[in-house]
Amino acid sequence: MSRRDATILLGLALLTSVVFLLSLALGSTPLPWRRVAAALLGRTRDGDFASAVVSIIRLPRSMTAMLAGASLGIAGLQMQTLFRNPLADPFALGISSGASLGVALVVLGSGSGPAAAFGTAMGMRGDALITMAAIVGAALVLGLVLIVSSRIANPTTVLILGLMCGYAVSAVVTVLVGASQPERLLQWAQWGFGSFSGVTWQRLRLFGPLTVFGVLIASTTTKQLNALLLGENYARSMGLAVGRARLLTMLGASVLGAVVTAFCGPISFLGIAVPHLCRGLLGTSDHRVLVPAVVLMGSAAALTAQIVSLLPGEAGVLPLNAVTSLMGAPVVVAVLLRGRRGALAG
Amino acid sequence: MMASAAALRTRDLAVGYRTRRTRRAVLEHVNLAVDSGELVCLLGANGIGKSTLLRTIARMQPPLRGSVELGGADLRAVSHAELARRLGVVLTERVAVDALTVRQIVGLGRYPHSGWFGGLAARDRAAVDWAIEAVGVRHLAARDFSRLSDGERQRVMIARALAQEPVVLVLDEPTAFLDVPSRVELMGLLRQLTRDRPIAVVVSTHDLELALRTADTIWLLMPGGDIVTGAPEDVVLCGAIGQAFEGRQIRFHQEERSFRLLTGKSGVTAVHGAGLRASLAVAVLEREGFEVATAGAARPALAVHALDAGWRLCTDEGECRGTDFASLAACLRRRRTGS
Repeated sequence: MSRRDATILLGLALLTSVVFLLSLALGSTPLPWRRVAAALLGRTRDGDFASAVVSIIRLPRSMTAMLAGASLGIAGLQMQTLFRNPLADPFALGISSGASLGVALVVLGSGSGPAAAFGTAMGMRGDALITMAAIVGAALVLGLVLIVSSRIANPTTVLILGLMCGYAVSAVVTVLVGASQPERLLQWAQWGFGSFSGVTWQRLRLFGPLTVFGVLIASTTTKQLNALLLGENYARSMGLAVGRARLLTMLGASVLGAVVTAFCGPISFLGIAVPHLCRGLLGTSDHRVLVPAVVLMGSAAALTAQIVSLLPGEAGVLPLNAVTSLMGAPVVVAVLLRGRRGALAG
Repeated sequence: MMASAAALRTRDLAVGYRTRRTRRAVLEHVNLAVDSGELVCLLGANGIGKSTLLRTIARMQPPLRGSVELGGADLRAVSHAELARRLGVVLTERVAVDALTVRQIVGLGRYPHSGWFGGLAARDRAAVDWAIEAVGVRHLAARDFSRLSDGERQRVMIARALAQEPVVLVLDEPTAFLDVPSRVELMGLLRQLTRDRPIAVVVSTHDLELALRTADTIWLLMPGGDIVTGAPEDVVLCGAIGQAFEGRQIRFHQEERSFRLLTGKSGVTAVHGAGLRASLAVAVLEREGFEVATAGAARPALAVHALDAGWRLCTDEGECRGTDFASLAACLRRRRTGS
């Protein structure tokens, strides 16, 4: 790692910290710094409104945003390198559609559908049930794609297989949407907006370890990803067990994508954009630098989107998905146009 | 050389493709060996199985039968990393990677030697430096790989394979996309590598004339599945190259060790004169489909005199002359269409 890379990573870490603190202070009700700091340090009086807001609502929300951003960023980086395709993202194998199908079955058919009946029997309600449904749906689609793709040699074919699977599952969801009642559709649409606010401290106990573990596992694939930059043939000739590496990378990235989708809804943009931003910023394809950069950049981007989505204040909340794309698309275009350096070749 | 000394050896190897129902052997009963310090050129017509053979030797596809041995060890019993420490590969395919320096690309060759995260120790960096030096790209070490020319890129890919510190280097048509000087330089580089250190190099190429000039040994894949092996000159002498490549339009010229295009029979000519101008005049005549009479044969109807300042063409009907070879060719063409 060169000195320049280290400086940029340090800058990213600082940026993430600043945005993290901002996300605690800003919100539908801005709080003064003093109160935020007091709440963070635990020096609060009982019944203090500000400290309650920070510790109960904002802290888990911001931590969720960071974890989700880091997860999507690193999973997107893995997929883009694995498939040698700048358009790949954590959901390239159709798992987002799978999760949607699970949620659609529960939300749109709740009360009557077998999925809902199963969930009720398991004693789950509300968010927990939706999370479970998303995970089951994503796992089913992912399992199907992985089984079929283990027989396919060409990575591009695997990518197309995932896309096709996603289309087919989305079509089923559309049919469900078309046949459902209006009040159910509202809840469905809410899920589709994406949100970091649904993850409470209690749910963070599951979400936190899952994503941290997933990001750590993904960080250990840097060497393999670097070898894959030269293509699968060369990677194999340099000693990489390509088939196994491909399967494990797809599994890891998809599980990260699926976990984030299950807890926060389908957050579309970060997984594609964050790796491109980091390549543009650092001017390298070396994953030993890109992986930490993507984790930091993903956290900062998700936190920023979270802050912006709350800007309307009293007037309500902007859909998170809309914010990530509206904010991020121009930035990515600017990075790509500024110079081809850092963009994935091909 | 003793049999056990071979760096690479195939035993009754059959290569080809196997699908669920069918088994299509491209080459069978292949028994070949390469020694350390030997440069082998694999030659053969398109689609005859050069790449399939090399891919099987490098374990990029499984053999249909038989085995490949690397330093006496069966390839099937060797781990991925161990194989990569003994055998390096360079392919035809153009590597599309952005934003990596030459040194980083060569560093990837340390993959089978380096630790979990691919960090390079002092010994790894020394191997990278050595490999960069060996292919003569030290002046490019800090450059972005994607900004290099095709010839420079292939050199870097070879350096990357050398950084693996292999005993055998396999190259599948590494010169395919290169211009002529880069091709010659690349083959020269491979030859130099085998001279400087105990590495065995197997390279497939379409560049027959260059291969005959550079290789220690030729493996020539014949139509029908035979493989002719030997020193280039022995392979030329036995006439196998003609059988392998000759078609209706081309003939292999053993003395010149090159191919000639057959353009039909327009007549017989004699050429008078000596030196470069005379041999270039012969080239013009051959291209225009004239046979050049050997000295002492019956006096042909046409005679070309190569002069210090041009040429003179003597025929039954008279004589014409010119200064450049374009006008000689034009004159010959006029004559052929006129008759």
